[in-house]
Amino acid sequence: MSPIVLTVNGKRRSFGGPAFTRLIDFLRETLRLTGTKEGCGEGECGACTVLIDGAPVNSCLVPVCSVAGAKVETVESLGAPEKLSRLQQGFLDCAGAQCGICTPGMLMSAHAHLKAKGAKADDASVREAISGNLCRCTGYQHIVDSVLCAARKTAKRKR
Amino acid sequence: MRGDAKSMTVLTPATPAEAVALLSRDPGALPLAGGTDLMVGWNMGLLNGRVVLDLSRLDAWRRVKAARGGVSVGALVTHAALRRHPVVSKRFPLLSAACATVGAAQIQNRGTLGGNLANASPAADTFPALAVYEASVRLTGPSGPRELPVLELFAGVKKTRLRPGELIASVELPFPEKAPSAALFRKVGTRLAQAISKTMFAGLLWLDADGVVEEARLSFGSLAPTVRRLRAAEASLKGRRLDAAAAAAAADLLDADVSPIDDVRSTREYRLAASRNILRRFLEGAAR
Repeated sequence: MSPIVLTVNGKRRSFGGPAFTRLIDFLRETLRLTGTKEGCGEGECGACTVLIDGAPVNSCLVPVCSVAGAKVETVESLGAPEKLSRLQQGFLDCAGAQCGICTPGMLMSAHAHLKAKGAKADDASVREAISGNLCRCTGYQHIVDSVLCAARKTAKRKR
Repeated sequence: MRGDAKSMTVLTPATPAEAVALLSRDPGALPLAGGTDLMVGWNMGLLNGRVVLDLSRLDAWRRVKAARGGVSVGALVTHAALRRHPVVSKRFPLLSAACATVGAAQIQNRGTLGGNLANASPAADTFPALAVYEASVRLTGPSGPRELPVLELFAGVKKTRLRPGELIASVELPFPEKAPSAALFRKVGTRLAQAISKTMFAGLLWLDADGVVEEARLSFGSLAPTVRRLRAAEASLKGRRLDAAAAAAAADLLDADVSPIDDVRSTREYRLAASRNILRRFLEGAAR
């Protein structure tokens, strides 16, 4: 079988392993992009959320064969420790992370939402955007605050 | 036990015709659309060693085509795409509304209408809307294409009437002849997102100038092994002036067409009570 080619965080990657390998395993085990976490393995918790062609999906439910040619973005694409994205900085400033297991998925769902909505993001839209991501620590309020904080900064920058 | 990728054989057809040919040769192969249900079973180790027919290259089935008489939704159109589609959300708003309640963004972006139908869950959110819009399902297979009314596709819990080697190609939605006087989609779950329904309703109602019911199309999901139209309630309303008494009489006929059970998500009693209230309020609201 010819290798499966896809783009991960802007780099072309080719995978020659078993075609039914899950996207999350390709990311974590083959590419060593361990920012993406596996929670439930059932599509309930959203911890493994990555973007496929800009849209959030559960990477534990996607075999690599079904995303040949796609553009995948993981939490590693957002920023680096020395240069956080506005969204990551928002989570830091507003205490949006506690134990941290849901954070990469939350960030990716929120990132897709802010890219689509920009400064128009509001409390209700953020809550809907992260409704497929479960957090067992924060009670969500700080996460919503973090995303809105980043949205406001984006708005200021644009003005 | 977990899913073992090495144990799997993946077939990757490039066209619908090739998909049908591969499936005819290997009728036990599992068609893979969005994978949001299939992969849950695979992750539990239930599907190791199986052959998978990966439909991801069939771009022809990923399109929504609007024509004069209605809309044709390719089997691989996602819930997210249906939710956003301008013609679908304007002319089939109950279907858009139903798609918006499937899982959350991650599932809506991946899960497909064809996959949802083939999966044949009694609790599938799109089915009551498809039932009241009188959608039909276009199938393709070794003995050629055929079309089934959506209600006839389902044979029971997680069972369809697809023949060996058949695949769902599209869902055909005819435009209603005129805009309904009232329309409602309502889902009752434990929470707004990521909930599997306890009960869900889609209703369309046409009234004449005197408030007499010309036609009522009422459907519930999660109340029987398959999605149901409320034939008895619909017949009781037809030709009758819609008032509180007519609404109550129709609601009382609910269990002529459904047979809910007690399960992990709800009880028979709750399902019937909640569903009667939804139905009665929909009709009372339309009467005003």
